[in-house]
Amino acid sequence: MTHIDEQAAEADRYLEYQAIDTGYRAVRWHEKTLYEQSRPGSTNAILPPVEPGIVALVGDVAAALPAAARRARPPEMPELSEPEILRHYIRCSQMTYGYDSGNSMGLGTCTMKYSPRINEQLAASPKVKALHPLQPEETIQGILEIMYGMRNWLCELGGMDEVTFQPRGGGHGAFTDACMIRAYHHARGDDHRDEIITCAVSHPCNPATASAAGFKVISLYPDEITGELGIDALKAAISDRTAGIMMTAPYDTGVFDSQIAEYARLVHEAGGVVSLDQANFNGVMTRMRAGDLGADMVHFNLHKTFSTPHGSYGPGAGAVAVKKAFRDFLPVPVVEFDGTKYRLNSDLPHTIGKVGTFMGMVPNVVKAYAWVLSMGADGLREASEWAVINNNYLIKKLLEVRGVEISWPNRRKLQEARFSLAKLHDETGVSTTDFNYRLADFGVQTYFESHVPRIVDEPVTPEPTESISKEDVDQFVAAFHHISAEAYSNAEIVKTAPHRSIVHREIHDYENLTQVPFTWRVWKRTHPDG
Amino acid sequence: MSELSGGAEASRRSGAAPARPGGGAPTPARRRIGLIVNPLAGIGGRVGLKGSDGAETVARAFALGAVPMAGARAAETLRALAGAAAGTANGTAADARRGHSAAIELATYPGEMGADVAREAGFDPVVLGSIEAGATTGADTRRAAEALHAWGAELLVFAGGDGTARDVFAAVGGSVPVVGIPAGVKIHSGVFAVNPRRAAELVAEFLAGRAGLEDREVMDIDEELFRAGTVAARLFGYMRMPYARALVQGAKAGNPGGPSTLRDVAFGVLDEIDRDPGAYWILGPGTTVKAVADELGIEKTLLGVDLLHRGRLVAADVNESQLLAFLARKPESVRARLVVTVIGGQGYLFGRGNQQLSPAVIRAIGKAGLVVAATLDKLHALGGPLLVDTGDAECDAYLSGHIKVITGEADRVIWRVTA
Repeated sequence: MTHIDEQAAEADRYLEYQAIDTGYRAVRWHEKTLYEQSRPGSTNAILPPVEPGIVALVGDVAAALPAAARRARPPEMPELSEPEILRHYIRCSQMTYGYDSGNSMGLGTCTMKYSPRINEQLAASPKVKALHPLQPEETIQGILEIMYGMRNWLCELGGMDEVTFQPRGGGHGAFTDACMIRAYHHARGDDHRDEIITCAVSHPCNPATASAAGFKVISLYPDEITGELGIDALKAAISDRTAGIMMTAPYDTGVFDSQIAEYARLVHEAGGVVSLDQANFNGVMTRMRAGDLGADMVHFNLHKTFSTPHGSYGPGAGAVAVKKAFRDFLPVPVVEFDGTKYRLNSDLPHTIGKVGTFMGMVPNVVKAYAWVLSMGADGLREASEWAVINNNYLIKKLLEVRGVEISWPNRRKLQEARFSLAKLHDETGVSTTDFNYRLADFGVQTYFESHVPRIVDEPVTPEPTESISKEDVDQFVAAFHHISAEAYSNAEIVKTAPHRSIVHREIHDYENLTQVPFTWRVWKRTHPDG
Repeated sequence: MSELSGGAEASRRSGAAPARPGGGAPTPARRRIGLIVNPLAGIGGRVGLKGSDGAETVARAFALGAVPMAGARAAETLRALAGAAAGTANGTAADARRGHSAAIELATYPGEMGADVAREAGFDPVVLGSIEAGATTGADTRRAAEALHAWGAELLVFAGGDGTARDVFAAVGGSVPVVGIPAGVKIHSGVFAVNPRRAAELVAEFLAGRAGLEDREVMDIDEELFRAGTVAARLFGYMRMPYARALVQGAKAGNPGGPSTLRDVAFGVLDEIDRDPGAYWILGPGTTVKAVADELGIEKTLLGVDLLHRGRLVAADVNESQLLAFLARKPESVRARLVVTVIGGQGYLFGRGNQQLSPAVIRAIGKAGLVVAATLDKLHALGGPLLVDTGDAECDAYLSGHIKVITGEADRVIWRVTA
């Protein structure tokens, strides 16, 4: 290479750097796993010898353990000093993006709202933390009061009569519904009812859990114009085999189906059960009640609508509320109050049994209860309004971006909306996934594209919630303008993004998941040469 | 980075494949793609001739001022593919500007049948055969397809219409996957991408090992009748085409066993048959319905209509009058049920490729006797309602509305049907 060539190449690199630079650069450590960093012999803790008093009483402590409880060889734990371990986790946290580090409004249908710190402190207090799930009822009256209080709020918000906190998340709540529907028909000798009706704009856990509970699934698709299912389509699905309908409200597209009450009437008329999925309750809190529309059961996600933190498989908490007729089918125990004392009742005649351990995810119930009490009924109503207003501001702004369209444009959207980059994709070749990777270069959370089935091409589904500021929305929209302009002028920048994030593209090799080393043991087995 | 590893992995796999037909050639380091352009495809369209089949029509089209379009459509695909291929191999903007045909070895026929546009898009193609410039025919398409197959093409990309698809099918059958670039007047076959750019994406997905393969209909209509206002589409057979699995990936994540979707649909139909075992079951044409017969261990005609009773084949490849005679003779107490699938890409339920199932047959069986089966991929790819065109407006209206479609062993969807 001549000097001139080198200079040209250098200029080329500089221009390229200028083009992809966004002023943001994620922290990136070349961090190895603790196993790889391990130095045999180094340690972070020296355990004191067994105290003489104990030795006098027990003798050789190890020998006192039953043989089956003793390991033949020490566990393969990494060996490192305390500061090394601390650094490792600090670095990992620096490479993590979350609500507390930046603008997370992209993650639609997740309802990424702020989790107030004071509620975390309440849940972390010894009064909650030190409880044992097997303590006698009379010693946990305070916790039971909190659970009963939250039960009352959810009954009121859902127009229902009883609640279980057993499910650990939304899908688990839907599964609880499916199991109760099955038990309900079984109790009536209606075992031939083996079909659950659902729709393509419901959360995928609705068909998935129905299927897991042994039902066949009939899926309806939204009308191209109205975004609703329509009476005719539902009638084509209903038969004497109908066990029930499991559907999401509002839909995953942000459209609220105006005919739900009529669907419920038709399903009831055919002998079926109506289950509403209100995991995304945020846009309709205090505005509609599932029970008033004819639903027999409804599930909420405390970790979305009710502010308890979530993400990264953190502790979620689903809550299922039912009408009186389904109370006897609930998982046990349920919390009861006789006017003076709270108790746990595990004696429901048709109970589907346990879907989780003990009383449910108690710390989340504490946080959610603290949140609703701090908000009050008026506060919940206001939060819903803000969430919807924020989303509609976002819609107006995002539709000004070249190549961005919205599904069901003639319908008003509630807390979220499904946008489409199909036009941008057709005109530039940049897909929504490319676009999303480029968004990571702007220091904002990448967006949720869509649930399956993907009936909107090149989908984009953000959800601002009430805790997002106008500045957050504007930042998100500005990044969209920037990337759209790049797509139309220099698509390669977008197609090869991200350039400023921690990792390059994720590996989506769904066919070979068994080859992915999720544990150190598997990694060693699959990488014998290190 | 995943593109890099995926692509490299895929090419290693292909390198390890057994010797190709046409043999002798060393194991290719690059992926072999064949290109065919039917330069005369579609020239009848713009001038209102409803097709371009036959030398006389072509001459008339040119006389009316038609300009060949197929080359431009193919060029659009190749340009997009060059970019995608570079991205696949290297993954940075700078690399994309360098040698874009690095990952692909392209072979084609001379001049306007592919070599011109390939070079224009920056490829350095292997050129096979010879043609008479300006006067190519279907025979050239067939020869090109044979030659490219013999050369060892892993995938045939062709620009044309239904006539071109038929020629490719006549030459290579279902032995090599194809991607059609839509450039014809008539596009009734399911082997075409939606547009040239999507065609490039499908090829890239195929090369990266991310695409699935499925059987798609090769159909054509009689152009003479079409010009006279009558649509009579015939099903000629099936070719394999890649489809973008990413669109339905999530739905399939629980099914890592791979392309068992057709079988899954077949099990769903078997469930219906089990519920009505005494009925006469009429099986319409197509691979989806054939999959049902396969599970029953019955030798079904792929393009014909067959009749089953109690798990046995009663009559194969029956026509309309045979069906009607049979329906008239059967005991009143025994029901007749009909299993049909949907023409991929088009969405026709009746009136294309299954004219044996006439309005009279449909009426005799009744809407309640219908069992519609299709993979969810096929339905989603339609992006619209199912279509009926039985030639009888009353029958079309009778079929319109919403219908249940079996999409898996335990999965059904409700889909709209319009005339």
